[in-house]
Amino acid sequence: MTSLLAAASSTSFDVPGNVAFAVLAVLMVVAAIRVVTTRNVVHAALWLVVVLGGNAVVYLILQAEFVALTQLLVYIGAIIVLFLFGIMLTRAPLGRSEDLDNNQRWIGAVVGVLLLLVIGYSVTQSWGSDRLDFAAYDLPQVSDVAGTAVEVGGSGNGRTQALANEIFGDYLIPFEVVSVLLTGALIGAIVLARRD
Amino acid sequence: MTSALLGLELAYWQSTLIRVLAGLAAVLLLTGGVVYLYLFKFVSFMQSRLGPMEAGPYGSLQLLAEVGKWLQKEDIHTEDSDRLVFGLAPAVVLSSTFLMFVVIPAGPDLVIANLGTGIYYVLAVSALSVLGILMAGWASANKYALMGALRAGGQLIAYELPMVLAVLGVVIMAGSLNLQDIVAAQSTGEIFGISWIGNPFILTQFVAFAVFMISVQAELTQTPFDMPIAESELVAGYQVEYSGIRFLVYFISEFATAVAFAAVASTLFLGGWALPASWGLSDGVMNVVGPLLVATKAVLLVGVVFWVRFSFPRFREDQLQRLAWKVLIPIALANILVTAVFKVAF
Repeated sequence: MTSLLAAASSTSFDVPGNVAFAVLAVLMVVAAIRVVTTRNVVHAALWLVVVLGGNAVVYLILQAEFVALTQLLVYIGAIIVLFLFGIMLTRAPLGRSEDLDNNQRWIGAVVGVLLLLVIGYSVTQSWGSDRLDFAAYDLPQVSDVAGTAVEVGGSGNGRTQALANEIFGDYLIPFEVVSVLLTGALIGAIVLARRD
Repeated sequence: MTSALLGLELAYWQSTLIRVLAGLAAVLLLTGGVVYLYLFKFVSFMQSRLGPMEAGPYGSLQLLAEVGKWLQKEDIHTEDSDRLVFGLAPAVVLSSTFLMFVVIPAGPDLVIANLGTGIYYVLAVSALSVLGILMAGWASANKYALMGALRAGGQLIAYELPMVLAVLGVVIMAGSLNLQDIVAAQSTGEIFGISWIGNPFILTQFVAFAVFMISVQAELTQTPFDMPIAESELVAGYQVEYSGIRFLVYFISEFATAVAFAAVASTLFLGGWALPASWGLSDGVMNVVGPLLVATKAVLLVGVVFWVRFSFPRFREDQLQRLAWKVLIPIALANILVTAVFKVAF
């Protein structure tokens, strides 16, 4: 307890950021539970908006502006809209539906807990001792592919340029593999949908 | 912003309050002006009539009278409607509109928030309005509303892609997502060594400009892209069950979004608030002239949108989708390719 208090009163502890995260975390957990407990399929999709939007704000707290906006644009602007679009094209009853439940909730709970353990373990193992420096708003410099320091603009683009350097440098092959995978999935979906 | 202007230090909440109030006033004044200028007068003159003449000089207070009328009306909803979602939908659409204005610069120091990812933020936030439209269509418990919302969803998703791809051409030219950097790149740029007009990207990115403006027309669901609210087949689409103040919110957000996209287009392609850097005007002067410049450009571009709206008949749904996927997206992709090659070559 004393070590927690000491950590909270040290100068590197970001009080507004942590308070905001606590509020957001509660909101996201409540919304996530409502996604699976609500009796209306459109409401489930709308609660998912709260979860994904909260995720975007978490990225903002972590100073990953570009990632946060990508989350908004891709998840809320496109994926949720396609969810709603698909639901409304097929069946979107107003009010409560009684047939939204099935007998797989224990399997779902087990898979959820397993995922939490695996992700939690790998995150704490990889970055457990790292500390985010909230005071350093803009990265002063990043390194390009060859390892030399690159000048980044003073207009708050530093994080975005650092991210671009990472994606198109160290993580180029995973990035391309994901792109090919997504294209393959897209073509597969079209082949399944068009039977002629 | 204001601290430099007035020579006094303001607390964070004070400067934020001033920014929000000034931004809100500018947005509502511009929106009202655009409605009067184009929806009331421009279209009337195109159709050889006078338009509103009674309320105020030349009918200039007509909009206030209309707002008063809407505010008095009863707030109606259908019996089966999902009241919470029904009520939230206009708020989602309006906040998506107002959030767009946050990053649009009106002078060297006149911007509500100078985000590093400026233009990307505008595109992300403007995409949220689709959510509000789908919510409205579903919660209305009305078949016409649902049809309209589905059409709007398909159309807005389809035209978001060419819009993003058109913007990429400008981003490659300017080398930044920040709107102030894009303005500066146009102001200090030069075309083949000629620098007295700078490099407004409408000259070097005219393909992107055309694709962007067509996509804006579709994103605003203005004719010829008004399938979602086609009055002759869907009554008023997703807005059909809304009345009173909720309809007013949709009305404001429709025209405020037009102003927002026009302001973004004038910032991306027409040089924004800046005059060419070679003219040598100081920041102090531009803080006064800049807002007037960007507002004038934005109002003129809204005029182009309405000129098209009142001149052309409506596209069919299949023509509309074909234009987006088979014409605009390939053109925008080719534009990115050519721009990137030129950027590296020169």
